[in-house]
Amino acid sequence: MATAAPVLAPGAPAALGAFTASAGPGRTRLDLHVPAIRCAGCIGKVERAAAAVPGVTRARVNFSTRRLAVEWADGTLAPDAVPAAVIAAVEAAGFEARPFAPQDAAATAADPESRRLLKAMAVAGFAMMNIMLLSVSVWSGAEAATRDLFHAISALIAIPTIAYAGMPFFRSAAGALRRGRTNMDVPISIGVVLATGMSLFETLTSGPHAWFDGVVMLLFFLLVGRYLDSMMRDRARAGVAQLMKSLPRGAMVVGPDGASEWRAIDEVAPGMRVLVAAGERLPADGVVEAGRSAIDRALVTGESRPEPAAPGTAVVAGTLNLDGPLTVRVTGVGEASFIGEVVRMMEAAEQGRARHVRIADRASRLYAPVVHLLALVTAAGWLLAGAGWHFALTTAIVVLIITCPCALGLAVPAMQVRAATLLARRGLLLKDGSALERLAEVDTVVFDKTGTLTLGRPEPVGALPLAGDEAAEALALARASRHPLARALARALAGTAPAVLFDVRDVPGLGLEAEGPGGPVRLGRPDWVDPALAVTAGPDELVLAFRSGGGPARLLRFADPLRPGAAEAVARLEAMGLAVQILSGDRAEAVDAVADRLGVAVRAAAQSPADKLAAIGALAAEGRRVLMVGDGLNDAPALAAGHASMAPSGASDVGQTAADLLFLSDGLDAVPEAIAIARAAGRGVAQNFALAIGYNLLAVPIAIAGLATPLIAALAMSSSSLIVVGNALRLRPARAAGPVRAVRA
Amino acid sequence: MTGLALLIPLALCAGLIGLAAFLWSVRAGQYDDLDGAALRILDDEEDEAP
Repeated sequence: MATAAPVLAPGAPAALGAFTASAGPGRTRLDLHVPAIRCAGCIGKVERAAAAVPGVTRARVNFSTRRLAVEWADGTLAPDAVPAAVIAAVEAAGFEARPFAPQDAAATAADPESRRLLKAMAVAGFAMMNIMLLSVSVWSGAEAATRDLFHAISALIAIPTIAYAGMPFFRSAAGALRRGRTNMDVPISIGVVLATGMSLFETLTSGPHAWFDGVVMLLFFLLVGRYLDSMMRDRARAGVAQLMKSLPRGAMVVGPDGASEWRAIDEVAPGMRVLVAAGERLPADGVVEAGRSAIDRALVTGESRPEPAAPGTAVVAGTLNLDGPLTVRVTGVGEASFIGEVVRMMEAAEQGRARHVRIADRASRLYAPVVHLLALVTAAGWLLAGAGWHFALTTAIVVLIITCPCALGLAVPAMQVRAATLLARRGLLLKDGSALERLAEVDTVVFDKTGTLTLGRPEPVGALPLAGDEAAEALALARASRHPLARALARALAGTAPAVLFDVRDVPGLGLEAEGPGGPVRLGRPDWVDPALAVTAGPDELVLAFRSGGGPARLLRFADPLRPGAAEAVARLEAMGLAVQILSGDRAEAVDAVADRLGVAVRAAAQSPADKLAAIGALAAEGRRVLMVGDGLNDAPALAAGHASMAPSGASDVGQTAADLLFLSDGLDAVPEAIAIARAAGRGVAQNFALAIGYNLLAVPIAIAGLATPLIAALAMSSSSLIVVGNALRLRPARAAGPVRAVRA
Repeated sequence: MTGLALLIPLALCAGLIGLAAFLWSVRAGQYDDLDGAALRILDDEEDEAP
């Protein structure tokens, strides 16, 4: 689990001005990422905390994107004072707040695409209703001048609407044609343009049928599908953190004269010396020059045991400095660091995944030639049969409108939005619809160990062997340390009142010592607390020792516990016909202990990020479709390479970015649940396609025969769209898994 | 026919007003945070002017 480390070193404010933006004349705006906003109360707390800062005129939380926008008037205070005060106020309220770098802010801004689609949908909806109003009169028998007038008014409403609301389709079709390809939008655009032209001609020549209502209705239904799709992508993107955000944005650089100064991360260069306080993440790769401490690498390498660090130890950016301050000589920053390399590997792996062709696109490859051929054959057939040019062309265009993929355009997005809602209710965030399609095809599940199968935080094994006042003294010492075992001990002893100890000292690399009533009290490495203490611990366990004065030394054993429901989840996956494997960066003993308990036979330990990537590649080469479940930075390339991937919400930022789905719950039952929902959605999409094709089989013969009227088209289109949406709402996962825990997405 | 001359513009006007109101609400950001809007109602404490 990521420990909430202060992002900005003390003295940081000087650089905060870089994160602000202008919000109109005389006003400045700062966007902060506040990931811990999870409830209604949080919104109020964060907003009130930020609004209470002097000078702030507006503080507004966007819950969907977990961001806080703060505005203040310029000139009342020093430009950098407000951001620092706001961050301090929000953190004092108990929420971690991080500034967005300008490039991140752009990447996470609400997608203007969604807004554009929503507006286009509104315009099409308005036009559809008004044209329908006029069409109903025509259908019910308006004649001669009245009919012509109604057609003319319809044209006046429809033509600007088609020009505006049809733009997303025209643009996408033009883009595809320019690259020499076709997509679903090409037949749509051709159909819309031809039908509009034909209707205009009919209107001008006082013809009996104008198809403006059908064209606008078609656009409306298609835009609904597009908007649903785009909305789902936005929602998922908001749930996913930005790349590398937990890397410190700056570092305390020690100058040649010994004075230290806060610099933004861009200004940190190899060869500089940086100061890393206890509890901070390392800003860059480097070598320790001074200080002793322990480094928690769990999020970076998957190792569950903190590593000691002393002068000469190489350290990696993103790892957490636990015990004491370190001076580190920087060897690699940003792109050149270990993280940069992992990100490069991940990006390379992602390109392979782009080969997946979405179901809708596969369908459109078949669909477009068939429909165009059908229209051509219709025109040719009627000409041969002796009908006039006008009738043959009109009938062919009607075939194009009738077959236009109203229901097809809704078949996939409606089902995927429904599935995403079901997933969100179970605490699963889906990044895009294509992930759902890929997840349904998975046949092998590969788990990382630390943080994925396990919770990634140590907990005491059995009851703590502490008697009487020892518990109170141990708690007092444990509270003074950031070491993960000390924190676990403090959590386990939470109900106890801590003893009052004097002169608590942190002995870097060894433990904590204080003066107790009966002599020195120590908590730390067993060989330091009492060299005579016999250490008996399982292979996946970590130990601490505690001794109060002259009393006996106590051995405290800790293990990283399995996630709740891990064994059930593995069993259920196997029952679903999936092969399960473990791929971990941790020591072999620790991996074996977990794998044996879960009954997973195929396992590999001590895997580097490149090893994991290669292992996934090998499985893919065997023709398997792999679901990778992992959390660490070291899993990121494998997550990107997997056919589909999942990460727990406590995952490293890079891991979250690489994964298709995030699960917010502690329990591992989210994994089989997600696959079950994805499979159910896959079946639903197939049903929807069958329904849409069935509708075409009914309607197309009528159109080819020249019997279709605008009334028939309107009825057929709206009813088939409603049926498809109704079928999507029917979606339930194959097995209702007990009482559903409501987790807000 | 005189009825039509009155009613059709009236119907169109009513529709346009609805459309304009909707477009305004989109532009004003009312659709940007649908989840948050659902939760804000649950916050008991008095809000200062947002």
